[in-house]
Parts: sequence; C-alpha cells; structure tokens
Amino acid sequence: MSKNWPLWEVFVRSKNGLEHRHFGSLHAADAEMALENARDVYTRRNEGVSIWVVESKHIRASNPENNGELFEPAQDKVYRHPTFYNIPDEIKHM
Amino acid sequence: MSENQIKNIEAEFDARIARDEKIEPKDWMPEKYRQTHIRQISQHAHSEIVGMLPEGNWITRAPSLRRKVALLAKVQDEAGHGLYLYSACETLGISRDELYEQLHTGKAKYSSIFNYPTITWADIGAIGWLVDGAAIINQVPLCNTSYGPYARAMIRVCKEESFHQRQGYEIMMTLAEGTKEQKTMAQDALNRWWWPSLMMFGPTDAESVHTAQSMKWKLKRKTNDELRQQFVDQTVPQAELIGLTVPDPDLKWNDERQSYDFGAIDWDEFWQVVKGHGPMNKQRINARVSAWENGEWVRDAAMAYAKKQEESRTKQAM
Amino acid sequence: MMKEELYEYILGVADNSLILGQRLGELCGHGPSLETDIACTNISLDLFGQTRSYFQYAAKLIGNDATEDTVAFLRTEREYRNVLLVEQPNTDFAYTIARQFLFDVFHFLFLDQLKNSNDLNLSAIANKAIKEVSYHQRFSTDWIKRLGDGTPESAQRIQAAIDDLWRYTDELFHTSNIDDKIIEAGIGVNLSELKDPYYSRVIQVLEESKLVTPESKWFQKGGKAGVHTEHMGYILSDMQYMQRTFPNMTW
Repeated sequence: MSKNWPLWEVFVRSKNGLEHRHFGSLHAADAEMALENARDVYTRRNEGVSIWVVESKHIRASNPENNGELFEPAQDKVYRHPTFYNIPDEIKHM
Repeated sequence: MSENQIKNIEAEFDARIARDEKIEPKDWMPEKYRQTHIRQISQHAHSEIVGMLPEGNWITRAPSLRRKVALLAKVQDEAGHGLYLYSACETLGISRDELYEQLHTGKAKYSSIFNYPTITWADIGAIGWLVDGAAIINQVPLCNTSYGPYARAMIRVCKEESFHQRQGYEIMMTLAEGTKEQKTMAQDALNRWWWPSLMMFGPTDAESVHTAQSMKWKLKRKTNDELRQQFVDQTVPQAELIGLTVPDPDLKWNDERQSYDFGAIDWDEFWQVVKGHGPMNKQRINARVSAWENGEWVRDAAMAYAKKQEESRTKQAM
Repeated sequence: MMKEELYEYILGVADNSLILGQRLGELCGHGPSLETDIACTNISLDLFGQTRSYFQYAAKLIGNDATEDTVAFLRTEREYRNVLLVEQPNTDFAYTIARQFLFDVFHFLFLDQLKNSNDLNLSAIANKAIKEVSYHQRFSTDWIKRLGDGTPESAQRIQAAIDDLWRYTDELFHTSNIDDKIIEAGIGVNLSELKDPYYSRVIQVLEESKLVTPESKWFQKGGKAGVHTEHMGYILSDMQYMQRTFPNMTW
C-alpha cells in the first residue's frame, strides 16, 4: 500500500446553470476528505456551489500522439456548421 | 530516434511555443524542458510554503482582530498557492513527496528572502508591500508562460494575491501615520527588507545563466535587471507617499532614462544566503521537516482508514 | 436586565471562539499536510469571524469607546470567560482534533439554541455561525474516525488525547448566576438541556471510531469564572503583546 495520499482532480460548478469545470488537483486519503479539501482549497472565495472529485488514476486521457487521427478529420467537415449553407439575404435570422 | 529526428521534433516544439501554443502534460517535450520546469515550478512552490513561516510567526501576535484575520487568510493563501504549484509540477511526472524530499534535504532551493527573520510587526507590512510586490512583478508574466498547468496555476495565484500587497502597504501606511514609535518601526522594517527585496529578482543579467533558454520557453519575459528596475520605479513613489525613506543614498531619479538609478547590491550577502548562511535558513527547513515528520502518523492513519473503508465496501458489495 | 450582564454573557460565548481560534492559528504553516493546514486555518478564520461579531456587539453595549479590540486584547486573565477545554495546547494533531471535536459537538448544539434567542443580534450571529460550525463538526468527526480506526499508533494517540481532555467537557454545561438571568430573559441558552444530547453524540462517534469512552467522573472547571489553566497566561502574552507593549495606538 502506498503511504502517500493519492492525487484527486477537482471539478467545481461556479453557479447553477454552469457546468462543472476542472479547477485543479489535490491530495486526499479518501473521497470524503477529497471533497472537504476541495471545499477548503478551491472555494475559499465563494467560487462554487457544487464540487466533484475523482481520483486522478481513474481518468483515461487520449494520447496527443494520436491527435492526427483523432481530431484532424473533423477539421474539413465544414457542412456541420451553419455558415456552409446559403440562404437569401432577406432571411435575416435562421 | 536518430539525432536528426530529435532535432526536428525539438525545432517543431520550439516553433509551437513561439506561436504562443501551450504545452500540455501529455505532449512530447524535450527532457530539458521537463527538468527546467520541475526545477522552477517546485522552487516557486517551496517559496510559497517556506514563505508561510516568517509571516506565520506573527499570527498569534497580530495587534488587532482585523489584522489577525487578514494575516491568517494571507498565509493560508500561500499554502493554497504552494498546493496549486505542486499540483502543476506533479503533471510533469514527479510526486509532491519527492519534491518535499528535495526541499528537506536542501537539494531544492526557495526564495532566499524568507531566510530573513520577522522581528517586528512592521516586518509583516514590509513583506506584504515589498516581497509580495516583487513577487507579483515576477509572476504576472508567468500567467502567459508556455506550460499550460503552470500558466493556469499562476493565473489563480495572481488573482488571489492582489490583496496581499495592499494588505502590507496598508499596514505600513498605518504605522507611518501613527506615533513616533510606529513610524520608527516602519522605517526600520523598510531598511531591513529593501535590499533583500531587490535581490529577489536574482543575479544581474551578466551573471544569470538561464535567461536565454527561459526567454525562449516563456518562463521569463523580461530580464532580472529589467524586472528589478520596474520594482524600484514602482516602489519608490509608494514609499515617498507615506513619508518613508528608501535606504539607498545613491537612489535618484534619472530624467534621461525616466527611471531611478540605484546603488549597488551586496551580491556577496545574496550568495551567502543562497548557500544556506542566512539568518534563518536552518530554522526554516527544520520547521518544514518537523511539520512533515510529525504529520507522518496522521497521513498513515488516514490511508489505513481509507483502505479499511474500501475493503468493507467491497465486502458489502459481495 | 442589565447591559453589563448581557456583556458578560457574550464574553462567555465569544471567548471560546477567540481562544480556540488563537490555538488553531498557531498551527498555520505546521500542519501534517498542506490540505489539512488550509482546513484548520479555515476553522480558525470562522472562529475569529464569530468573535468579531460578538465583540462588536459587546463593545456597543458597554460604550465608552470600547471596540472589538479593546474587548479582545485589554482584559486581564481573570476576565476571560472561555472554558478550559479551548485553551489546551496543540500537543499533537490528535489533541488538536480531540479538542476540536469535543468543542464542536457542544458548539453546534449551543448555536442551534442560540438561534432562538430573543436578542436579535445574538440570533443573527448564531444563524450565520451554525453553518460554519456544522462543517467544523463534520471535519473533526471525520478525523476522529480516521485516527481512531486508522493505525495502532493513531488509535493510541487519539485515545490518549480524548482521555486527557475528557475532564474539561463537563465545564461546557456549567452556568453562572448571570447565565441564569440571561436564560430567564429568553436570551441565553439553557446549557443543562444540552448535556444529554452532547454526550450521546460524542459517545456514538467514539464508538464508531473504535475508541473507548473515558470513565472518569472527575472534571475540571474554572475557565468560566476566569480561573484558567497555566496555559492561558502564555496565550495572552502572545495575543496581547502588541497592545500591551504599545498602548493606545491604531494598527
């Protein structure tokens, strides 16, 4: 067993209506402590109304070496954007 | 990879930074980039937590409740800033415990200013005003540095630190406007903290070994001497405004440069303190080491408890 | 009811927050982890915030240029009304947590009643403070469990701290003549009613934490009457240092 407190990622909702956003990380022995620590570390200035914590090791991240195949194919799919389509000028909003 | 391939990748890497693209943790990076960042970010983190000690020294003695809560909140912020920076450093593949180890064994450095003692209440004002003032000048450009996690940590740090310098200046101003004893106390603190504050910007450009590389990686935007000049130009009028005298007989306004000329810094003292011979080096490290060692059984207990809870949850699930 | 009596009553409430806040403030920068350090400082800040609200009100009551600071800093040791529990030192993290827990459980029950005070100032302070203290209680309870059911060493340390501090718990429920008058006026909290819920809550947490409830029935008292332990003088020498060395100045 590692004796060191594991690393957790902290996500905070700043106010209702907004999504949880990654705020940073911290160390804690368990989820309860991670939540308490997150409250004390990341919401001291009234920054949040809801907190998620997840142990960092549970996050699977894409590999930047694969960015070519993962993300570049989306670059030329212009037909997914409204500006691809022509409509008469008379129609101002669509 | 062949040597040529590596060179190409490195050139592409540098070009990305030049285009103001950010580098993120899982991106490929030159080993030297990683090491330099670990060194600088951890030094920065160590400075925050060692910096808690000289100011923490006055929490129980703060002269009013208002000053007490402000100081507590400020020192607590420094713990938070240390935490953000250690976290940024950990994304480079080194653990906080390893970083502590480097601090505790003297392998890692921290800002030498914290090796000076806080002997009067006015020192708390001087630290907030001068030391945080100098730190902000050093830090603001880092909000735009190339390594994403470091830049994000610095944005948070700079935002939170904006009250620190005001807190210090307000203390100094109150003392300067106070009784004769208070004014003497304020002037004495300025006398003792002025030169060490100028040293916070590091050796002169001629002596500084890392500058060119650091500029390329946006770990630095201006040279040590440029930043020091900025600090002097900004701080001297602030001292004058509250009737305090900067302890430098050579200080004078240079109309041509539109800047202050100032006297020579005692670099011998600077290097002595860096090498561990400052008034408080030993006490600062001892305080950090004993907090860490005295906390070991606490950290172990929390882990043991977490493991037991996990096991009992697993058992219940089965 | 006399203003002086209400003033005295407020001191009895606020001095607990002041002295415990001061004790926690000593730890800032020396905690077992950065995260825990930040958490303990938060509790300290909450307690000083409460202290200021109480003292600002108390200063208004007595007038005569009194301020939150003259009330906080310019009394003699015999004039401080805090319970002995909160002045006990940070011997180790177990003592810090045990002291916090034994006080938090009381503090929460107390504020829960003070919310109903006829005195609108006090009920407003209580309404705000109880949210803070609810969190303190959660924090210290969680740590009692971690230390009690952690390693053999932590169990031994937290048990020793509980055993040692137990003798200061009974004083939490003592009342003075002034208390009785203030309670009668519907302003103060009837402490004797808090005693049963206090011990049942504390004993429940100790059991969940695999700790033994001390059997000792011999308790210490005196803080509320201004007769403190030897620690108090040193707390005040630190706390009052500036005000005593440089009297009558603005900071």
